[in-house]
Amino acid sequence: MLSQVIADVFTPANIQYLIIGLIITLGIAVCTVLLSVLIGSVLAICRNYEKIILGKIAGVYIEIFRNTPLLLWILVCVFTIRGGNPLLRGSLALVLYTSSVIAEIVRGGLNAIPKGQFEAANSQGFRFHQTIFYIVLPQCFHKIVPSLMSQIVTTIKDTSFLSQFAIMEFFYRSRIIMSSLSQSVTVTSLHVFVIFLFVALVYFVINFTLSSFVHGMQKKALTSY
Amino acid sequence: MSNGPFALWRWARLFNDRGVFAEGLLTTLLVSALALSMALIIGVVLGLCSTSRNRILKTVARVYVEFFQNTPLVIQVFFIYNALPMIGVRWDVFTIGAVGVGVYHGAYVAEVVRAGIHSIPPGQSEASRAQGFTHLQTMWYVVLPQTIQIILPPLTNQAVNLIKNTSVLAIIAGGDLMYRADSWASNGALSYAPAYIVTGLLYFILCFPLATWARRYEERLKSRDIIHEPLEEVVEC
Repeated sequence: MLSQVIADVFTPANIQYLIIGLIITLGIAVCTVLLSVLIGSVLAICRNYEKIILGKIAGVYIEIFRNTPLLLWILVCVFTIRGGNPLLRGSLALVLYTSSVIAEIVRGGLNAIPKGQFEAANSQGFRFHQTIFYIVLPQCFHKIVPSLMSQIVTTIKDTSFLSQFAIMEFFYRSRIIMSSLSQSVTVTSLHVFVIFLFVALVYFVINFTLSSFVHGMQKKALTSY
Repeated sequence: MSNGPFALWRWARLFNDRGVFAEGLLTTLLVSALALSMALIIGVVLGLCSTSRNRILKTVARVYVEFFQNTPLVIQVFFIYNALPMIGVRWDVFTIGAVGVGVYHGAYVAEVVRAGIHSIPPGQSEASRAQGFTHLQTMWYVVLPQTIQIILPPLTNQAVNLIKNTSVLAIIAGGDLMYRADSWASNGALSYAPAYIVTGLLYFILCFPLATWARRYEERLKSRDIIHEPLEEVVEC
């Protein structure tokens, strides 16, 4: 019976359909994190080193996005922005939200850089932005690589929210398969369970691999002191 | 009458229907409270399991934490909502929300508790074992009380994430704040702007004080040299 169910669910066409969905999910997650690292770093530098206008704006942005649900921003972007397709608008929400989280991660990294580094760079004739680019940021990113990687895990999980808005990512596609299955076979509870188990397993394998890698890096960083 | 997204009549309409938002807020608060209590119980029990010497308990805790941390909450909630009724497990959306979010965040709380226990010097438990305390007594009377102030900031951050994550109820028509706001907006002459602004503000009022308190408290602990590195790797949701 189980083998029949598996044969029903995992037809070559379905597998191909799901793989494309998985690529979209991973693509969204990676692009989101890359863009968010860029925006988040700018926000963090503003909040830490410019306390007048830009720093205040960055602070307000970070606090607003960190203290409201991601789903709210997805709804806002998907329903109120005109132009673009749902996928772009949904991803925009992810970027806006993730930027605020990454900004705080980067700030943690920046705060760990001793003040003496700034003074030393200054005495060598470095300008402020040179100090940031050549001295502070490289050390900061080296420190926060594990946190950034686990943010990829979080973002991969977060993309599943997009399935609610007909964005063709992995979970949405598996829901499509679930509902279209009834056209060809009589759907039993086993079919649904197999699909859910498969979806969970795929997310699990990807995220577990990433987070094990992160743990390994953290351990290595701890023992290298 | 202007018809812009921020038109005054839209705000008046929202004010008239404020009961809808109040009910949603109440549901969100109740689900959060129940889920948080559940997450704390699961978290403490699993945190103790993962620091015990028993292999089986350790493995159970590990598998639980890794499974729930590495699969999306959306899928877990959908599973309870769509798949469990097929084998006769039918819960109302409120229970699904409390259990789904509680079980998910239990994994994160477990990691916080585990990190907290590990931050207590092992000499403490060795000393109390030497005084004849059992493992559980050692944990309960000696180790856990000392971890409380260390894990309070990351736990509070977990509570913030938990409150935000209860919005997952909106996708299964759960009657929480996000769901009520969204359905009010789509039925209420598409007044998305006021609905989302008010909703965002309400979530912000719930989360911002908690998050700010957690950060201040952590800074205070650091300045008193009680902690050196925040236990932050585990607090990302």
